[in-house]
Amino acid sequence: MLELMIAKYNYWIYIILMMIGFYAMIAKNNLIKKVIGMNIFQTAIILFYISIAFKKDGATLPILTAADVHAAHDAINTAQYINPLPHVLMLTAIVVMVATLGVALAIAIMIYRKYHTLEEDEILKVLK
Amino acid sequence: MIVEQTPILIVVIPLMCALICPLIGWLKRDLCYPWTVLSLLASAVCSFVVLGSVIQNGPVHYHLGSWMPPWGIEYVIDHLNGMMLVLISGSSLLVAIYSKESIEQELPDKFVYFYTIFILQVTGFLGIVITGDVFNLYVFLEIASLAGYALIAIGEDGAPLASFRYLVLGTIGACFYLLGVGYIYMVTGSLNMADLSGILPKLYGSRVVLVAFAFFMVGIALKMALFPLHVWLPDAYTKAPSVASSLLAPLMTKIAIYVMIRIMFTVFRPYLSFGLLPMSQIMLFAGIVAIFAGAIMALAQTDFKRMLCYIIVAEVGYMVGGIGLANAVAIKGAILHILNDVIMTLGLFCVAGIISYKMKSHNLADFKGIFRKMPLTMAAFLTVALSIIGVPPTCGFFSKWLLIQGSVVAGNWIFIVALLFSSLINIILFFRIIEIGYYNIDESGGGHGQAATTVIEEAPVSMLVPTITVAVIILLVGIYNQSILINIVQFAVPKL
Repeated sequence: MLELMIAKYNYWIYIILMMIGFYAMIAKNNLIKKVIGMNIFQTAIILFYISIAFKKDGATLPILTAADVHAAHDAINTAQYINPLPHVLMLTAIVVMVATLGVALAIAIMIYRKYHTLEEDEILKVLK
Repeated sequence: MIVEQTPILIVVIPLMCALICPLIGWLKRDLCYPWTVLSLLASAVCSFVVLGSVIQNGPVHYHLGSWMPPWGIEYVIDHLNGMMLVLISGSSLLVAIYSKESIEQELPDKFVYFYTIFILQVTGFLGIVITGDVFNLYVFLEIASLAGYALIAIGEDGAPLASFRYLVLGTIGACFYLLGVGYIYMVTGSLNMADLSGILPKLYGSRVVLVAFAFFMVGIALKMALFPLHVWLPDAYTKAPSVASSLLAPLMTKIAIYVMIRIMFTVFRPYLSFGLLPMSQIMLFAGIVAIFAGAIMALAQTDFKRMLCYIIVAEVGYMVGGIGLANAVAIKGAILHILNDVIMTLGLFCVAGIISYKMKSHNLADFKGIFRKMPLTMAAFLTVALSIIGVPPTCGFFSKWLLIQGSVVAGNWIFIVALLFSSLINIILFFRIIEIGYYNIDESGGGHGQAATTVIEEAPVSMLVPTITVAVIILLVGIYNQSILINIVQFAVPKL
């Protein structure tokens, strides 16, 4: 069990990060803390995707030099290279996450201008 | 040439028009409105063309940039999402026509940006429905959600907080979906839905696939406001500007149900959900609880829009429960109910928008004498209300009838009780409004004696025409429901 935990430590970090973010999103009272939690949550997913791309035995970035192409002719050994697709997906996901962060902060500013506080319970008191 | 490209045009036209919209608004503010209507009209025409071709020649496949699947992104339009495309583009076109006067009154200084986000929102909806790629679906889901948060946040007092809460929960939902995609990619190395449905059956024993399925289901349930996860919905849709709630409320939840059908029946096979996993029992339970909870909470509301929001929660229960019954009749009913519910909810929120335009309030207590003031609006309202209750020949009756038939086939009596209970509650809900609006005459108007002299103050024509159109569509869909079932819905039902 311990060996499994050490061998797959990146996945454990992803789970722990995700739980921290999840807790902050649900339980924190301050809206900015919720936004920070949301960001941690999303970053954990990036870590997860990047972990998927990993291959054992020293696989590297899929950049082909002229020497590689000559050596391999037409068949390229995919086991030598990590999978680039999850990285590409995460580029898109990062863009989405930045956009979400922007909208969340804009709404938080709007709330602050209106109620002069970012504590959720105080805003709810004003609203009732 | 153009005809081949129609599938992509459905999404690209509104996307480009959304980007150009602020420029046009910068030139001349009032041009934004015709621009929005025009772009959505073009998109609607394309979706009708595509649906026509699907009905005649079967599913349409469109490969973006001619990259072959499973490597490239593929747009697949079959009967189910062909229907959804027409629904989304058609109803958003109606809302766009309807929107002008209401926006001028509620948000005069945000006219240009409202329309920009409005078109983006529709782009997101159309993209979710049209795509055949699970990751592309996530991107469009986020486009639609982000536009939705922005549209909700500019509403009345309390809207920013409602929008913020929706944002937090919506992000959790979307991230769960993304995690599901990750787990599936981990074991299959593919993101194309058709490709996945070929690879996955061999892996149904794998725990990774089951985790992915669970993440998908929870994420989508958050987006569709299935009962215990509905907490964001009432606040968000009550406090949003009336045009935004007439766009979001009918479509967002129904699109999430579409995504659930896609994931359950296209990406995974029905055999996984109903054979290996007890999804049928879970969905039936969730559906029945949602129907009861939604109906009872709707009864407790004093605000018109808030009441409608809880009706949506109950309606989501209909569809989830109907799919959970796991037989062809019930799923047919559930898919037909998606169609009907979009139209009915659109009608209700259009009426709510007109009332809050005229009365500056959507509280039920202010509805006194409303039937005399706005006879045409309330006639449309009555049609929609009868349809939600389920009175023939309105469309709501037929989908409910199919759902009841389906639960008889499945031998599930509790679901029938839930459906009938919800119909009864709907009768009470709408007759309460009729009682307030028809029989309670405003005292300041001089009581019953002078009631006949109440001036008719109808809504502006641009708001009234779409609302009445919706009411007419409700009757037409009800009358022609057989041809819709035969030509479209029966092909959308998966082989169980």
